[in-house]
Amino acid sequence: MPENSAGTMTPRRPAGTLYRGREGMWSWVLHRITGVAIFFFLLVHILDTAMVRVAPEAYNAVISTYQNPIMGLGEVALVGAIAFHAFNGIRIILIDLWSKGAKYHRQMFWIVIGVWVVTMLAFTPRHLINVFSHLPGAGH
Amino acid sequence: MTLVVDEAPAGGPAPEAPIEAFTVTLIIRRFDPDVDSEPRWQDFDVQMFATDRILDALHKIKWEQDGSLTFRRSCAHGICGSDAMRINGRNRLACKTLIKDLDITKPIYVEAIKGLPLEKDLIVDMDPFFESFREVQPFLQSNTAPPKDKERIQSVADRARFDDTTKCILCAACTSSCPVFWTDGQYFGPAAIVNAHRFIFDSRDEAASTRLDILNDKEGVWRCRTTFNCTDACPRGIQVTQAIAEVKQAIMRGKP
Repeated sequence: MPENSAGTMTPRRPAGTLYRGREGMWSWVLHRITGVAIFFFLLVHILDTAMVRVAPEAYNAVISTYQNPIMGLGEVALVGAIAFHAFNGIRIILIDLWSKGAKYHRQMFWIVIGVWVVTMLAFTPRHLINVFSHLPGAGH
Repeated sequence: MTLVVDEAPAGGPAPEAPIEAFTVTLIIRRFDPDVDSEPRWQDFDVQMFATDRILDALHKIKWEQDGSLTFRRSCAHGICGSDAMRINGRNRLACKTLIKDLDITKPIYVEAIKGLPLEKDLIVDMDPFFESFREVQPFLQSNTAPPKDKERIQSVADRARFDDTTKCILCAACTSSCPVFWTDGQYFGPAAIVNAHRFIFDSRDEAASTRLDILNDKEGVWRCRTTFNCTDACPRGIQVTQAIAEVKQAIMRGKP
């Protein structure tokens, strides 16, 4: 049916079941999500850092709004996203450039997860102690 | 004949245990362009043996329950590549998927492959798929004539270089398992790259640089996000992502 252009075809293929990919597909999904999240962080980060050009007081005012537990938890998520994106990025480079990369992609995925868990175990407790011991009214 | 009788226990041969049949529920995504505006799910119960295939189940439904069920199949033995479909969320050939390898305590979901225009029930329009295939020039190109009255000689090692990618049956299971292809129909897709690989690394072929140029396109190999869905889906066990990575490396080197 040649009259079926892409536009009229769209309702004919709604999603169906979710494709059941394995490690490779889910690492790609996570890489996308963390990548987009990091992009939005960087956007805000450039804007708030640029405030120092407006006025040092304005910069301080913006940064002080970040000093609360919700942003503290957000920083855990940020570090988690950046750590995964970085480690998985190395894995993707190896898949593309190392001749045995495609063969060991699954093992490399679990190494990425392992290194990520170790990183987060080292970072999260220390960071959260800092965040929650400097709460206003926490006695410090 | 005598031998069989001699070996049978007294009182005649023991009755053979009947092969156990299971009731299997298939939920099939149906679409009739003359009636439906949207695809719909329909379920069927069929009696199957563990050694039967999904294709047998589809045949039983079509022959005994609903003759309007539409699907492609030709050889029914995993060679022609006609019956790629999404079975329980993964691209498989219906003729190579055994009931015993699936969890039949739950219904089995069968739907058309994704990313190509749905025509009817399990049939999609394969034209965009073959269009990409043709674009990579999947045929031997040589500027020199073969030795007189002889074939073009190739060493065993040179032949082994591209052996994996000669196995493709163009079923589209890989291309339609690719998340990039679902959202970007312009992407060449794994199958086209596999068939380019087959000639790029063939020592008798002399058009490798042309094909590498074609695949160096924005919609070429660089679209590959190494999700490995294609490698998992390939019914011939071709290491598709590996082949794509080799083409990427060949483009960076500038030669196969």
